[in-house]
Amino acid sequence: MVDLATLEQAALTALQACTDEPALRAWNTRFFGKHGEVLQALKGVGAVPPDQRKSYGQEANRLKEDLLARYENALAEVRARTLEQSLQTDRLDITLPGRPAPRGRLHLSNQTLRQIYAIFADMGFQIYRSREIEDDLTNFELLNMPPHHPARDMWDTFYTTTPGVILRTHTSPGQIHVMRELFPRPIRVILPGMCYRYEQITARSEIMFHQVEGLVIGEKITMADLKGTITAFARRLFGPERQIRIRSSYFPFTEPSIEVDVDWPKDDPISGDISKGTGWLEIMGAGMVHPVVLRHGGYDPAKYSGFAFGMGPERIAMRKYGIDDIRQFWKNDLRFLSQF
Amino acid sequence: MRVPLNWLREYVDVSLPLGELVERLTLAGLEVGSVQVFGLPAPERVPCKIEHPGPVWDRDKILIGQILEVKPHPDADRLSCPLVDLGQGRTKSLVTGAPNIKVGDKGQKVVVALTGSVLFDGHAKEKVLKELKPTKIRGLPSDSMVCSQYELGISEEHEGIILLDDDAPVGMPFADYMGDIVLEIDVLPNMARCLSMIGVAREVAALTGQRIKLPPHSVQALGAAIAGQVEVAIEDPNLSARYSALLLRDARHGAAPGWMKQRLLYAGMRPISNIVDVTNYVMLEWGQPLHAFDYDKLVARAQGKAPVITVRPARPGEVLTTLDNNRRELTPDNLVIADTAGPIALAGVMGGLDTEVSATTRHILLESASFHAVSIRRTMKALNLPSEASVRFSRGVHPETVKPAAERAAELMRQFAGATVCQGMVDCYPHPMPPQVIHLPLAEVKRLLGIDVPQADATRILEGLEFTVVPNGADALQVTAPPHRLDIQEGATDLIEDLARIYGYDRLPATLLSDALPDQKGNPDVELEERVRDLLVDVGLQEAITNSLTVPEREAPLNLPAGDYVKLLNPISSERVVMRHSVLASVLEVTESNLRHCNEVRLFEIGRVYLPRPHEKLPEEERRLALVMTGQRHPEFWGDGPGAKPATLDFFDLKGTIEALATGLHLPDVTYQISKVPYLHPGKAADLVVQGEVIGTFGEMHPRVAEAYKLGQRVVLVAELNLEKLLRLVPVRHAAQPVPSFPAALRDVAVIVEADLSAEKVEKEIRAAGGTLLADVRLFDLYQGESIPAGKKSLAYALSYQAPDRTLTDKELDKAHKKIEDRLKHVLKAQIRGKE
Repeated sequence: MVDLATLEQAALTALQACTDEPALRAWNTRFFGKHGEVLQALKGVGAVPPDQRKSYGQEANRLKEDLLARYENALAEVRARTLEQSLQTDRLDITLPGRPAPRGRLHLSNQTLRQIYAIFADMGFQIYRSREIEDDLTNFELLNMPPHHPARDMWDTFYTTTPGVILRTHTSPGQIHVMRELFPRPIRVILPGMCYRYEQITARSEIMFHQVEGLVIGEKITMADLKGTITAFARRLFGPERQIRIRSSYFPFTEPSIEVDVDWPKDDPISGDISKGTGWLEIMGAGMVHPVVLRHGGYDPAKYSGFAFGMGPERIAMRKYGIDDIRQFWKNDLRFLSQF
Repeated sequence: MRVPLNWLREYVDVSLPLGELVERLTLAGLEVGSVQVFGLPAPERVPCKIEHPGPVWDRDKILIGQILEVKPHPDADRLSCPLVDLGQGRTKSLVTGAPNIKVGDKGQKVVVALTGSVLFDGHAKEKVLKELKPTKIRGLPSDSMVCSQYELGISEEHEGIILLDDDAPVGMPFADYMGDIVLEIDVLPNMARCLSMIGVAREVAALTGQRIKLPPHSVQALGAAIAGQVEVAIEDPNLSARYSALLLRDARHGAAPGWMKQRLLYAGMRPISNIVDVTNYVMLEWGQPLHAFDYDKLVARAQGKAPVITVRPARPGEVLTTLDNNRRELTPDNLVIADTAGPIALAGVMGGLDTEVSATTRHILLESASFHAVSIRRTMKALNLPSEASVRFSRGVHPETVKPAAERAAELMRQFAGATVCQGMVDCYPHPMPPQVIHLPLAEVKRLLGIDVPQADATRILEGLEFTVVPNGADALQVTAPPHRLDIQEGATDLIEDLARIYGYDRLPATLLSDALPDQKGNPDVELEERVRDLLVDVGLQEAITNSLTVPEREAPLNLPAGDYVKLLNPISSERVVMRHSVLASVLEVTESNLRHCNEVRLFEIGRVYLPRPHEKLPEEERRLALVMTGQRHPEFWGDGPGAKPATLDFFDLKGTIEALATGLHLPDVTYQISKVPYLHPGKAADLVVQGEVIGTFGEMHPRVAEAYKLGQRVVLVAELNLEKLLRLVPVRHAAQPVPSFPAALRDVAVIVEADLSAEKVEKEIRAAGGTLLADVRLFDLYQGESIPAGKKSLAYALSYQAPDRTLTDKELDKAHKKIEDRLKHVLKAQIRGKE
């Protein structure tokens, strides 16, 4: 018969001596393992005289529960201490550079185009695209510019070796395509795409650039609607506090024709005084669709009216980010593209 | 159009602050691009660029003086010493080297700068301002000077000093006499009438509610009647609506008056002589170009008879030597002014040398005419002769301007060249332009502008622009256009534009579209294209947009199938001559330029290629997706240890990208086959096949092609896919798969097969045998070498078995796995590793 009091004393002394997890586990094996002393003591109940058997059994069970509880406590304590220690010592120089994460990007032009798409989509404008290589008829004549019209000087044109075939100088021929496709339904579209102009390539002008044209046609479309639509667009794109200004202008395919300016601080921290002292920046040309153009699209100008506008996403991006060389856009230098 | 304000003031009051004037003109469609200041302090708060090229003329120190006498310089022949009256009893003795001041001169009006004035330094090589300080010139003290145009900043003229008109007030600050501000106005094609001072004045008058003061155009004609001295005929009134001529006799050749020269100078024209200057002055004033012929030369050409002038197309083979001394061969496209001996001028473009006025000219035939704008424009373009006259004619000059301008010029020539004007005018005007009458319903104004413009306002605005307005009922106007407007062609819309711009766009409300919302059909094609972009960006690629213009040589290394290019007729650079056939070629060029400064490039572009089609005028514009990947798989990282070189991108990086795209688009039935395109490495080239259709090609670039693109020895991975085909195959939607709720069991199988057997075939057999229980097949090892017989390879797959409704038992698993092993053995003659 095991002396339970002695056993308890021995176990408690041994437990107190344990300072780490391996020691605790060894203690557990010694007392509670297969041949552990406590288990042996429990098993030894058979050898106890019958009159003492009940009290011995009770005492042995109490001893077991008590020791196990103490063991669990000690183990938790040791673990907490170990964790605390490791937290104190396991330290990184968090100023070291991180592992580069791979990242892809859209080209700045497409980022800008998507912003424009999103703003106009909210106003019910859908995207309509058309070809880049056009005939003279659609690029000029149907837009109210017969051959030798003085306004043709406004667009320096790339001609191809096929007579009458040119690189479109603007997205406006898309107006004719979309009108002829959708007549007599109302139209509310934007026409994005690449355009080409015969110009010297400099920091300020490229032979290739995107344009986004807008076209709205219906039975009660007014110039005031044009102003409202453009104002909403400009504020979404450039900030809610922006003011717009409308100047009278001239395009053969709109009448009245206007240019739209947005106010631009002369001390802009990013782009500086790009308004050349005026405080205004031109962002688009626009106007009411010319009756001749409506007719060419199939719409009766006495019944229908409409407005159109056109802008350059590269120019817009240049202003937003203070980019001073338009040639960067098609150079595709990763050191440029990766900034956006 | 350069508009000196002092000149403009002759026709309209411009007391408006400059900034406001600039702003109002700009908003009304006459954009003031810049303001140039002569002699005055730079104006403030002007919303445009200010050019201030010269000195500010100090009102106390730069004065108008009159020479009282000129004495010789005692020690220098080239210098003289004028004594100048500065008014209010002040005189000043000066030393000058001006060649146009001579000893004995008296009475000339000059500009005197006193000590402390700041002027351009006439002796410095560069244009620099310099303060005038007392000094000695060859022994004589000098603290003031008489000034040249150069020193004052008026022009580059520095040969002599500026001599003013006799009526210049002595003692007046020069700034008050000649200080001016010039507006540089960008005149748009529909505002061609504003290529004149009067045109601009009309706009200012309309914008400020004034009436314009037109210059007098009555002419004092005392000479013999013109009838019988010249005849005029127009062959085709469509090409020249009106041709009129005045005859002036006994003109004195000389200089124009100072005020006229100064105005021309400020307006950007060089003064030449009284006759030429008057024609230019009146052109700038009225917008009507004029031409002066030497009448005696015309008479000589007519062998002493009265000249007969005809406006007609040139006859084939006719030749004219123009004023610029160029002998020009003419075609019937060129409209000419001719006499009986042949062409004497290119109508509206340039005069002929033979009949030019010169210092010896006595009698002048003055032409004032109207020519068809398109005809002039064609000649001007064909001969590359843009001039002040041809630019105006090519934009349209109203035939009604012909007469007042001619009379104004004749009167000025009478006054300033002493000419006697012959009575009458030869005026050939076969079909006088009828006044244009437009019906303007006010409802139309509301329909287009969105605002009610009351009848009274509309009337006031249009009358301000010199339209004649009569009410036509309570809600419409009958409007007659004034005889200087050629741009009223569309009727009511033209008037509405005028109403809107004078009324002011700032007063227009900003409303939101109230019209019916069109069907919102979206544009699935654009959306899919953007989806492709997103998928590629997601896997780490940078988008590029390259030039669609190229030269065939740049695409030649790709050995593409031969085909015609869309060629430019007028390329601007020898690098940009045709529309491309390949997007890949341009992305490769961009890759090359980037590799000069970095060692990892992953680019894609979605762009068009332009493929001419037989029997079609316009080419096919096909969208392509090009990819280029080369360099390190990962950027270097310090934590990978010193000298750890990241692996290089290889074929399977590219294939992974293609797979990600195919999966992302949910393309059905995707397979790969060996590709034979010549620009790829023959052993590392694949076609992407979707539902049996080849969509494009990808692989490792052929080393020789990589070299041709200056990419060196690098492994360059490229792809070009036909985006049109690809997007057509994208399913509109796809079904989601349920997430399994029972665990998967994993078993491996490793097979030894013939080395040239494709992995695709092995996997296909595994899947065929695995049936529905086989959830996934993943290759985890490919091995050739030791322990594998020559000509064979080992492929090891991790197979994942799963059922949607239960956990599979070992028995089921064994059965399924055995079925796969058996099939591989029987169909592919594979040896199952670890089993035999």
